[in-house]
Amino acid sequence: MTDQLKKILLGEQGLVVIFVVAFALVSALVPNFLTDRNMLGLLQSVVTVGIVACTMMFCLAARDFDLSVGSIVAFAGMVAVMASNYTGSILLGLLAAIACGAFVGFINGVVIAKFRINALITTLATMQIVRGFALIASDGRAVGINSSDFYQLALSKLLGIPTPVWVLAILFCIFGFVLNRTVFGKNTLAIGGNPEASRLAGVNVDRTRIWIFALQGVVCGIAGILLASRITSGQPNAAVGLELSVISACVLGGVSLAGGRATMSGVIVGVLIMGIAENAMNLLNIPAFYQYIVRGVILLLAVLLDNLRSSALGRR
Amino acid sequence: MSFLDFSHITKTYPGVKALSDVSFGVDKGAVHGLMGENGAGKSTLIKILSGDQHADQGEIRIDGRVQAYTSTRDAFDNGVIVIHQELQLVPELTVAENLSLGRFPANAGIIAGRRMLDDVGAKLKSAGIDIDMRRKVKTLSIGERQMVEIAKAVMLDARVIALDEPTSSLSSRESEILFALIDRLRGEGKVIIYVSHRLDEVFRLCDSLTVLRDGKLAAHHASLKGVTRDQVVAEMVGREISDIWGFRARKTGDVRLKVDALSGPKLKTPASFEARAGEIVGFFGLIGAGRSELMRLVCGADPRSGGSITVDGKLVRAADPRGTIRAGIVLCSEDRKHDGIIQGRSVEENINISSRRHHTRFGVLNRASEIATAETFIKKLKVRTPSRKQDIINLSGGNQQKVILGRWLSEQGVRVLIVDEPTRGIDVGAKSEIYELLYQLAQDGMAIVVVSSELPEVMGICDRILVMCGGRVSAELTRDQFAERAILAAALPDQKTPDAIAS
Repeated sequence: MTDQLKKILLGEQGLVVIFVVAFALVSALVPNFLTDRNMLGLLQSVVTVGIVACTMMFCLAARDFDLSVGSIVAFAGMVAVMASNYTGSILLGLLAAIACGAFVGFINGVVIAKFRINALITTLATMQIVRGFALIASDGRAVGINSSDFYQLALSKLLGIPTPVWVLAILFCIFGFVLNRTVFGKNTLAIGGNPEASRLAGVNVDRTRIWIFALQGVVCGIAGILLASRITSGQPNAAVGLELSVISACVLGGVSLAGGRATMSGVIVGVLIMGIAENAMNLLNIPAFYQYIVRGVILLLAVLLDNLRSSALGRR
Repeated sequence: MSFLDFSHITKTYPGVKALSDVSFGVDKGAVHGLMGENGAGKSTLIKILSGDQHADQGEIRIDGRVQAYTSTRDAFDNGVIVIHQELQLVPELTVAENLSLGRFPANAGIIAGRRMLDDVGAKLKSAGIDIDMRRKVKTLSIGERQMVEIAKAVMLDARVIALDEPTSSLSSRESEILFALIDRLRGEGKVIIYVSHRLDEVFRLCDSLTVLRDGKLAAHHASLKGVTRDQVVAEMVGREISDIWGFRARKTGDVRLKVDALSGPKLKTPASFEARAGEIVGFFGLIGAGRSELMRLVCGADPRSGGSITVDGKLVRAADPRGTIRAGIVLCSEDRKHDGIIQGRSVEENINISSRRHHTRFGVLNRASEIATAETFIKKLKVRTPSRKQDIINLSGGNQQKVILGRWLSEQGVRVLIVDEPTRGIDVGAKSEIYELLYQLAQDGMAIVVVSSELPEVMGICDRILVMCGGRVSAELTRDQFAERAILAAALPDQKTPDAIAS
């Protein structure tokens, strides 16, 4: 009996099983949790983390790291608002935001892959530089959105589900496919598993890493647009600490910081577990200060579980 | 009953039976040799002895008491010390500090330096080890470090000392000092397990001998009287050695690979050679002779600074692995762990990593064709794995090597296959399978370059041998000219004699 339980928990789908159990428990125990309104609220609350987690998964899977995501999200949001206010065209604003995100990501990638600077240091630097740009551009103040169409991005619904949630779902599908079914995805995992062996096997390691960071920038741009639309303004101080939530969610989802191991389903579960924990604690009126502790404990437990799983697989 | 008894030791790793039902005993005051091919189970047995791994079944008894230790620390406390090939010393600390690590003599946390030096000095003197205790370990030679490791065992009053390939990086003079020390320890009544695949050393040092093969006890000699070397070799490989190569003559065709005056940052003297279609060319030399460096230049792993490479008369311009793979040159590197396998990924992904681009349309993979490729090569190369989804790290060395070969063979249009130490760390059965595969590929028209430090291997399987020494090709011999002495002489820098290495 215990052996079987162990097998399930430490097996490939252990995290999903734990998620389902946790979901069922929270549904049964927390009043008002399993309602349409709360479910949609929950999903909307994880949109930013979820979107950025898609590409952070690639980054971690390739043994890299990106701390600049929070700053890029804020910066892209600012750019989207300011550019659409200035040109009067929302589309141009959105494109500008995505282009800026991509540019920062590309710079990250080039510095890391070509100049061989440690990813942690590089993105720590760009994190501050980009945050500085966001603050300078707005003089440290929030910039309001002129056109009401911009809010509609976050407010509009399709089949009763808010647009940002659709965007999240589509990105989950796209990046799940990219990870498992494309050369790019498989090469990413191979680079994380053994960069030198991958290079000798003919994988273009540098180019793949640059692409990963550039994509990360694009995705941060999208997240920044949706966030600005939801808070109806460009806030230079938005998304502070986002990088840590995103990396937590990925690690919770079984992505190995040592590289080479990542699944989209794991990351989705990781994102949702974080969202559910926060949502349930809000419903239970647990003060925000305690929520930090709970989140930290969940992360530690998840990593311990992962460690157990690795040793059960006989890896050393 | 002997002082140290291994009784029915069995150990299984995922997919591999490393040891099955191994039993033997060693008496006090004896040096016991432990021999076997790579992968025969020697290191697993030593790991179990050291408490690093646990036997699935069976037990170890010392002085009649069952040893139930669960960690290397426990084994230490029970007087069992294993000295590994990779030495476990802290380079930044002094000899005395290393020897006292874990039990510094101290007053209220402050190390009593004088007392430490006195204690260590006394022990070293009694063991007859002459090393300056105040030197930092990083300033010592490998041989001296080995002495410090052994001194550690002496300090701890070990009852059982296991040495894993202790002379592999020692000069012959350093080896002599080591042997003298071992003799002294024998005199003190210690049990010494001596793991080596150098027959000369084993016959010279050991009182008794155990031979392992494929995880099983192949032979146990309580005394080495009347035992011949040929007999031990036969016990190790499990058959007459003459047929392990299974050499088959082939017709050779035109020049496939032509390397002309190639040089790079790590290979100063330009090197040139050719390999014909259907030919197996061997590169022999001592470690550091420049063979691997040359091959890394040929396949673009390192940038080249001069010279040219031609395949089938066409100049190879590319100087990166991507480009040379497309030109038909592939390399199975000697360092499988660092340059070959992708840890944490499946056998299937490890096979497909390079040839994947043949299974795609706009970057999207054709899963069915990838799976089919993987299955084909798993079957063709007889890779022993529970499934294509198995993490490659769980496979034995030989099977990992076959997966890497599969990776290259799944590339369409390979014309030149370079294998660097293809059978290092591989068991005998897989060895012959790999040789057989090389003959097959040569027969099909590939040019094959084999780099090996094992002279019998290059002599056994190659049509032609190039010897390298000090970064230069120092001799070239065709099969009818093969002679051990001539090859060794060409491989040795002038100051050494062939006999020093032949042993």
